[in-house]
Amino acid sequence: MSENQNENQNDLGDTSADVTVPPETGTAVGSVERFQDPGVPEHKKRLTDTDPRAAKRAERTVTLLFVLSILGTIGSIVAYVMVPPDGTTAGVRLSTLLLGLGLAVSLLGIGIAGIHWAKALMGDHEYVQERHTLATQAEDREAAVNDLNEGLADSGVVGRRGMLKGAFFGSLALFPLAIAVPLIGSVGGDWNISKFKHTMWKRGMRLAIDPSGRPIKATDVTVGSVFHVVPETTEAFRETHEWITEKSKAVVLMVRLNPEDLLTDQSPEGEDWSYEGIVAYSKICTHVGCPVALYEQQTHHLLCPCHQSTFDIADSAKVVFGPANRRLPQLPITVDSEGYLVAQHDFAEPIGPSFWERLK
Amino acid sequence: MAKQQRPNGVGKAADYLDQRTSIGVLVKEFARKVFPDHWSFMLGEIALFSFIVLIASGFFLTMFFEPSMALVRYEGEHPPSMEGQLMSAAFSSTVEMSFEVRGGLLMRQVHHWAALIFVFSIVVHMFRIFFTGAFRKPREVNWLVGAVMLILALAAGFTGYSLPDDVLSGNGLRIIDGVVKSIPVIGSWLSILVFGGEFPGHHIIPRLFTLHIFVIPGLLIALIALHLFLMVLQKHTQYPGGGRTDKNVVGYPALPVYVAKMTGNFFIIAGVLTLMGGTMAINNVWNYGPYDPSPVSAGTQPDWYILFVDGALRLMPGPGWEWVIGGYTLSMNLLIPALVVPGILFTLLFGWPFLEAKVTGDHKEHHVLDRPRNRPTRTGMGMAIIVAFVVCSLAATNDLIATHFSLDIFAITWTLRVLVFVGPVFAFWVTKRVCLGLQRKDRELVLHGHESGRIVRFANGEYIEVHTPLDEEERWLRVSYESPEPLEIQPLTDGRGVRRPGYRSDRRWQKLSRFFYEDRVSPVTPAEVEAAHSHGRHDEIEPGRHDEAEPKAPTGAGAVGGGPRHSD
Repeated sequence: MSENQNENQNDLGDTSADVTVPPETGTAVGSVERFQDPGVPEHKKRLTDTDPRAAKRAERTVTLLFVLSILGTIGSIVAYVMVPPDGTTAGVRLSTLLLGLGLAVSLLGIGIAGIHWAKALMGDHEYVQERHTLATQAEDREAAVNDLNEGLADSGVVGRRGMLKGAFFGSLALFPLAIAVPLIGSVGGDWNISKFKHTMWKRGMRLAIDPSGRPIKATDVTVGSVFHVVPETTEAFRETHEWITEKSKAVVLMVRLNPEDLLTDQSPEGEDWSYEGIVAYSKICTHVGCPVALYEQQTHHLLCPCHQSTFDIADSAKVVFGPANRRLPQLPITVDSEGYLVAQHDFAEPIGPSFWERLK
Repeated sequence: MAKQQRPNGVGKAADYLDQRTSIGVLVKEFARKVFPDHWSFMLGEIALFSFIVLIASGFFLTMFFEPSMALVRYEGEHPPSMEGQLMSAAFSSTVEMSFEVRGGLLMRQVHHWAALIFVFSIVVHMFRIFFTGAFRKPREVNWLVGAVMLILALAAGFTGYSLPDDVLSGNGLRIIDGVVKSIPVIGSWLSILVFGGEFPGHHIIPRLFTLHIFVIPGLLIALIALHLFLMVLQKHTQYPGGGRTDKNVVGYPALPVYVAKMTGNFFIIAGVLTLMGGTMAINNVWNYGPYDPSPVSAGTQPDWYILFVDGALRLMPGPGWEWVIGGYTLSMNLLIPALVVPGILFTLLFGWPFLEAKVTGDHKEHHVLDRPRNRPTRTGMGMAIIVAFVVCSLAATNDLIATHFSLDIFAITWTLRVLVFVGPVFAFWVTKRVCLGLQRKDRELVLHGHESGRIVRFANGEYIEVHTPLDEEERWLRVSYESPEPLEIQPLTDGRGVRRPGYRSDRRWQKLSRFFYEDRVSPVTPAEVEAAHSHGRHDEIEPGRHDEAEPKAPTGAGAVGGGPRHSD
């Protein structure tokens, strides 16, 4: 196909009006100030342009690739029928692999064939087309402005009827409110941000193991052990959305330290929020709210796996490293008459990440 | 052309269509439209084609996904670990489509990989445009369209990542909730608005689903159309070279070359993504389990494009950065990394074309691209941004670095805290110096030619190495660029000593302009080449030398006396 095209020929058929011959390759030194553009480099012939056998070979390769694609499609369908996933992870993986390979061969065959066709067999002569300045010609611009002015004059709003204009723009500006107000009003549910400040912990509520929900006796907690704790509730409640939302605030990490290791906790004067070295702190990081889950027994450090805020459990859970600013709030605990660990009351401050009204 | 005469099926169909739509005009306009060729022009194509793969695989997924947070017990038989567990319908349907639907896992994995490649190709495409100055007039508008699409792509990625409602995506949402709550005044209200109540509630998945499959893709499709329309209208930019000017476009015609290449490219990208989806496991949600507010494990990273924000969150030291003002809490330890850092990045992104035009005093149309070395300050800034991005992203993997290389996590964090400030400055400085060095190398080459490796000894015993001159194409590439100079401004007072308003603003812009263009290497002029050659003339061994105006190919110039040469 390219044999009948001459070197640097710029005939583009229908669009020839747009086409210019590239600047002539002139002398290298134009003026003293600027070099002269040497023009579009000469076209170099490819092997397929000069050797008919190479062209034939390229054609065969392209055909072969299309055939390969067809085989890939067939392979994919065979895999679909013959290798259903048997439910095991390995079976699913095998099915995925075979379906994927079949489809990939099917797609890649077409893709590589297309590119090879374009590169080896389609014309590779560079053409030059002119660009036109994007700004409209002066007379067109004038005509456009005139049209706009005429249109505006026809509408009868120019220079008068201030009330009409005001009402027109006013109504346009206001009508979205009729949609936005009900939408925004409802989209936030009850809009009760004071919920951020409280959790479901109440006086006397038992501490239970997460996720089984079994209450914990103080005697079950050995020194050095860690418990992921939730409030004790009914099984039915634990299968509701309310539970997930409440749990998001109420989860607690409980640790028993040697009483001599426990330097300080957050109990105010005259109160004792820990019980025989057992301390319970909110598990929700005061940084952005990830569950603080990694406890290091030797150092008593509690590390948030998300952003590595590190808290010292032995020293009232204060921040020792990382992006958190505040210590983890402490859940005041004690034991009830049956020896079960219970909360004295809710956390004394809002748990989790900071928010604007946190201290209000 | 022959088609019009032969009344075959295609001809008849074309005639039918043309009589009703005058489509002939369009075909005439576009069929042989010329597009310049370069591998880097394919980067945007990769983004476009990944997007098409996303739509196709995403459609498959919507057939089986249930965007609901209703709590269900897992009914499928597989995997056994999930049997009877309480979970949301979203998570349950995700696991079920992976295990029970043939090709379901393949499509999930293709979709996820395509999303990663989609954002990545957008970012690389934008850097190509940035470094080559393709955002300059008249393409500022298209740059803005692209920047908005980048934000939409990030939003699409994040909303999609959150849909399966597994432990990881749930914790991702929890982090978003924490960041949203830190916004002054409206943060708490915004959090309630997003979640329809307290986190996590039971509204968020359906809401994200609507955004993910309707709002965001809809906007993306509209903007892609606009993006391509502007590209065709303004015609593509081209790299500098012989015959390429701001007034023309040199390349191959749309039909057949680009039709074939683009179609081929689409199938190759779709094929590679399918290969990835078929062979590389990603986001095995059944291993993480359904969302539960309590568990989380270390070594959990977000998708790569969110890493930099997560890393910034990790780097920011907390203590002392939460301020209480009049009883209200202001969490600078969250606001700085999560809002200020991305804010700076996107402000730079949106503002750059206008900033650069202003400090360059440039009002011309540009269609020939810059070689990055010829704009040292811009290239340096680009590298600084890349380094800042990489350091922040590394910070988001500090726990993995610690466990894989047995390093102290606090030490890593501190190192990265320093690097995040020092790294970009250093990268800017080094890149700028490298660019200036390359420009000087270009000058040297144009003035004195290539070292030929041929040593010649003179009668007086002096040795010189013969230099062969550059051919025209090589030389043009190195001399055809513009090298802007710092802005000149009007003096403070006019001829009669009256102070000029606006002088101080001009002065500030001039300072910025100096930062950009004070260090400059101007392109070689023919006069300079002439001077360099006459300087070398006394070294000649043969009097009969050719005129420099008639350059020779490097091989031809190898002959003694075959061109200008220079003794080192």
